[in-house]
Parts: sequence; C-alpha cells; structure tokens
Amino acid sequence: MEALTSRLEALLADNSIFTLQTLGYYGEGLVTTVQLVFLSLVIGLVAAVPLAIGRGSRHRWISLPIFLYCYVFRGTPLLVQLYLIYYGVVFVEGIQDTWLWVILEKPFVPALIAFTLNTAAYTTEIFRGAIKATARGEIEAARAYGMSDRLMLRRIVLPSAFRRALPAYGNEVIFMLHASAIASVVTIMDLTGAARFVYARFYAPFDAFLFVAAIYLCLTFAILYFFRWLERRLLAHLKPAGG
Amino acid sequence: MIDLHGYGPRLAEGALITVELAVLSLVLAILLGLITASAKMSRSRTAHAIGTLYTTIIRGVPDLVLMMLLFFGGQIGINAITDQLYARFGWDIFINVNEFVAGVITIGLIFGAYMGETFRGAFLAVDSGQIEAGRAYGMGPWLVFRRIRFPQMMRHAIPGLSNNWMVLLKTTALVSVIGLSDMVRVAAEASKATREPFTFMIIVAAVYLLIASVSEWAFARLQKRYDVGFGEVK
Amino acid sequence: MAETPIPLEVRNITKRFGDTEVLKGLSLEAHKGDVITLIGASGSGKSTFLRCMNLLEQPDEGDLIVHGETIRFKETKHGREPADWKQVVRMRARLSMVFQNFNLWAHMTLLENIIEAPVHVLGKPKKEAIEHARALLERVGLTERADAYPAQMSGGQQQRGAIARALAMDPEVMLFDEPTSALDPELVGDVLKVMRDLADEGRTMILVTHEMAFARDVSSQVIYLHQGVIEESGPPEAVFDNPRSERLKQFLAPKH
Repeated sequence: MEALTSRLEALLADNSIFTLQTLGYYGEGLVTTVQLVFLSLVIGLVAAVPLAIGRGSRHRWISLPIFLYCYVFRGTPLLVQLYLIYYGVVFVEGIQDTWLWVILEKPFVPALIAFTLNTAAYTTEIFRGAIKATARGEIEAARAYGMSDRLMLRRIVLPSAFRRALPAYGNEVIFMLHASAIASVVTIMDLTGAARFVYARFYAPFDAFLFVAAIYLCLTFAILYFFRWLERRLLAHLKPAGG
Repeated sequence: MIDLHGYGPRLAEGALITVELAVLSLVLAILLGLITASAKMSRSRTAHAIGTLYTTIIRGVPDLVLMMLLFFGGQIGINAITDQLYARFGWDIFINVNEFVAGVITIGLIFGAYMGETFRGAFLAVDSGQIEAGRAYGMGPWLVFRRIRFPQMMRHAIPGLSNNWMVLLKTTALVSVIGLSDMVRVAAEASKATREPFTFMIIVAAVYLLIASVSEWAFARLQKRYDVGFGEVK
Repeated sequence: MAETPIPLEVRNITKRFGDTEVLKGLSLEAHKGDVITLIGASGSGKSTFLRCMNLLEQPDEGDLIVHGETIRFKETKHGREPADWKQVVRMRARLSMVFQNFNLWAHMTLLENIIEAPVHVLGKPKKEAIEHARALLERVGLTERADAYPAQMSGGQQQRGAIARALAMDPEVMLFDEPTSALDPELVGDVLKVMRDLADEGRTMILVTHEMAFARDVSSQVIYLHQGVIEESGPPEAVFDNPRSERLKQFLAPKH
C-alpha cells in the first residue's frame, strides 16, 4: 500500500490538478454516486413489482392512481422532482426543530426519495409491458392445468416477465446512473459534484469533466456487460437450438 | 387564485425558452442523427468508426457532465482558437458562448446520437425491394432517398423519434444548472425566495405534462400520415 | 357403473360471441376408456366446444359434470361465471389439455414444464414428480431433451413434451385441441403414434383433429359438428362409411 501510494505520487508529481487530494474527492464522489443509484434502484425495483401488478388491475381505483403516478413522474424532469422534494422538505414549517432534521438536513435523503420515486415509475411501466407481453397460450396452459390466478402470477407470468424486462431494465439502470449527476445540483458531492468542485478550484474544465466522463463511461460499460451476461444466462431459453 | 408573487411573467418567459430550446435542439439532433445514421451505414470504415465512437461516448456519459464540459470547456476552447487566430493572422474575433446556444448545441449533440440509432434502425427496416424498384425505374440515389427511402423510413422512425423528443424535452431542464433562465430555473429561484416550492414546481411540472401531451397527440397524427398504405395491420 | 362416476359429462352447452351463437346446445358423455373425436369444418365450433369443457371459454348455458361433481355458476355483470374458482381449479386438474400451439412455458426446461403443475397445483413431492416425469419422457421418446428449453426443440418434440406434461397430471380425461395442426407433415407421425398408444392403453380422450384416418382408427365415437350443432354422431365405421347427412358426405369427400 505504501509503495503504491508513493508510486502514484511520483506519477502525479508534475500534475497540478490530479493530486492525491483531488483523486480522493473523486473517490468519495464515486462512493456517493454508487450508494445513491444502488439504493434508489433496489427500493424502486421492490416497489415496482406490486405497482406493475396493480397497474393492470381490473379495479380502476387501484389502476388509476398508479397510472397517474407513472404518468406524472415519467412526464416531468427528474430535476423538477428533486427540487420539489428537496425544497419541499426544507421549507416545511418547524422541521428544523424536530429529530427528523438530523437526517433531512443532508440533501442525500431528499435526493434518494426523488430518485426512488422516479425509477419506480419507469420500472413499473417496464414490468407492466413485460407482463402484458406474456404469451396468451402460456396463460391458457396455466389455467388449463388448474393454476389459480395467484399461482399463475408467481410461477408463470412474473418469472417470464422478469426475464423479458431485463434489456429494458438494464437501460433504466444506466439511465439512473446518468441521471444521478443532478444530485450535485443540490450540493451532494457525488462524482459530478467532485468534478464541479475540481473545476471551480483549478478552472480546468477539460481535466475535471473529461476525467469524470471517463469514470461514467467505465461504469456504463460495466453495467452494460453485466446485463449482457445476465441476459445470456437468463434468456438462453429464447434462443433457438444450436445457440 | 394562486399567488405567484410577481413571478408569473418570468415563468412564462422561462416556458418560452424551454420550448424554443427544445425545438431548436430537436432540429439539430435530427440533422446530426441523419448524418450519424448514414455514417454508420456507410461502407467507409472511418465514417463507421467515427459514428460508433460518437454514439458510444455520448450514450455512456451523463447529459449534465457533457453539458458542463461543452459549456465551461467550450468557452476556453474557443478563446484558445481566437487567440491563435489573432496571434497568427491578426484577426481580432471575440466569440462569447451564450447559454442558449451552448444549450442547443449540447442537447442537439446528445440527442443526435440517440436519433442516429433510431434512424439507422428505421432505414434498415425499409424493404430493399422498394429501393431496387426505384432504381429500376431510373431514379438516382438522391431521388430514391427523397421519394422512397425517407418517407418509408419515417414510418418506422416515428415511435423512436417521439420517444427521443419526450426525453429531450425533460433534458432541457438541465440548462437551468448552467445558468439559462428556463422555467425550471425561474421556479427554483422563486421557490427559494418565497419559500413556496410546491406552488412553483407543480406549475412547472404541469407545463411539462401539457407539452408532452400535446406532442403525443401531434406524433400520433404524424404516424397516421406516414402509415398511409400500411393501415391493414393493426 | 354407479360406483365410479362418469369422468366427464357435458349437457346442453350454448355459447355466444356477441350476437352470434357458436354452440347451440351440445352434449356429450365421456365414459372411462372412451376416445371421442370432434370433426367439422373450421368455424363449426369444435375447438370452442372443447375449450368450454375445461372452462377456458365460459359457456352461456348448460352444465358440466366432472367426476360426478356439477360445476356451479353465477350470473355477474360480465356474464355467467363459475361461482367457485376453487372448484374450477379442482376440475381442471382432472382434465388436462394439449394445445395446438403446444403452449409449453418458455422460461422453463421441458422437465420443469412437466413437474410444474403436479408440484404446485397437486402438491406432489418434487422428487416423486421428477421420477414420474423422467418415466413419461422416456415414453414419449424425449429422455435426452429433459433440460432443453421449448425454443430449442422442434415442433414435434414440443408437442410430445406437452403430452408428457398432460400425462404428469394423471388426468381422468385428456383434451387434445388439434394437436398436429401446427406441425410440419413429417413430424405428425411421431405425435400420432404417442396418441395411439394412449388410446390403446385405455385413456379417456376427447380430441379435435383433421386427421381423418387417425380418427377412424382410434375413436370409439365420432361427432360431426356443423355450425354449432351436432349433425351426426356414432361409432367411426358408421360416421365415416355411412354418413347420413349431405353435409357430412361433402365434408368427407376427398377433395379439399
């Protein structure tokens, strides 16, 4: 570790911008970005499953509110949603005096709420599309073999819908990674926040932003390859023989 | 009545900027998209490589980072060029990157990459027999493109085009971060000043939804126009 | 006779799609070991009739009696629906269906397809279900395809696999809905052979088919449907060799 640090230091010696300190900012930014994206995706995913099922419900009092939620959150910019929740929380009368303020004071939680609500809306639509695309014949076979609606949903519809949703969901994950850059707007020191900080300090836009762009590019490719690998494993059943 | 604390006119101006920005970016994106699609389908390896590099990088980096890079970096880059021009040729040019132009260029550049993919897919979906028939009747490449490939391609491109437009519209909100007074920035300022974020943000959200709904309707009409002759499959 | 109830009894089924009545009061009785074949031109209602038997289509009138148990219906604003879905689930588990387009579940291997309903609907232990499934796969000649996904199999293999899936339920009656219509001609033979074996071992079967030679060979009763009505019915020799109605004569004439 010592040796590595000194080698790195030597490497950075004639570089006034990328010092160990600024690299440290980027490192912390990376952690924050990954935390924010990962948490919102996981919570959003868990919420999206029941929402997608409810979205297809015969009862309008279930399906309509979910439809409206998806319509609004998919139809407006994430930045507006972030502002609404961020400022909305901050300006609640007397909130500064409650225990809640300890968590809400930091912009991380409002940002997490906004991101989660946003990705849950998109994921709901992705799942709904995948559920609707279930082959009619497979549903008929499930009925003919005595499956109740519940069992059919659990054993036939959802497992095949999850697999079908995989490519679209991979796109959503990449979309969230990129969208998370706006967290820096509400003073979160994520990857982009770190880049903005370095830019402001050294007035070196190319160094600051090209470096962070390269990190995002690497993350994007990592996600892309992960989902390709997952698709190969889970979508093997859709490939014709010989594949 | 909702009390806008005097922000009404500025919000309206901001909405206008949003729409102008979105429409101009769309035009640029479509042009870039057509060029990219041709590059990626061309037999020239270099053109193909450039097209692929462009779409890969743009789609791998957050819009906001690209926007900051082009906006903050753009001015420095242009200054460097104009300095050189002055030093070598004695030309004294001053170009100031204004936020609006920077916004249009960035958003156009970003969505040009997405449009490129949409158009490429759509061009490939056109039956090659249609093009051969055009050639067989003595049409030149440009005439084949204008009269046969383009109109048939559009039918396949409209769903993707409409989708890209919806995303583009929402992306315009990011220009508020680089200092352009679009409606999101006005609303954010008003929220802070009046401490009434809900009023302003909900108005802005409603305007976005309105624009989205109107465009959805418009794209549906456009699709109908290009679907002429293909109507039987429903 | 009284001690073992009739596997399936259908009485006076009518079915409407909108204003058109596609089934006009059809009845049949499937006793143990019967092989009943429904024939008729397309649009005669034979597939709809079959699908009404396990309630994939809801008949507007008439009774279904499965293993002596009458299915209860109720009137709703969407039309007539079964009153007790648990009862429907129970009866469907006794009748298993083989579809024209196989309808194997695409995300499961063949073996998983076969054990799915026995394990999750009938509550059979998984180990037992797998053993049974392997034996059935051997029967239909697909031992080595147990771990293949449906998309990796030919149509004929899929259909034989689907028959194994149906057999895994130990059904009292097997319903076949044009099982060879979606197959390439050279693959039809294998599927028919499996079905003939089933008929020979005394399975109760109701089938809709266009394979007239096969129907004549295996059926104990042939029913000719025309526009939702049973035009003629009887043992295969009678129906095929001495058709009484003009329409059936035309239908059997070797020209189409």
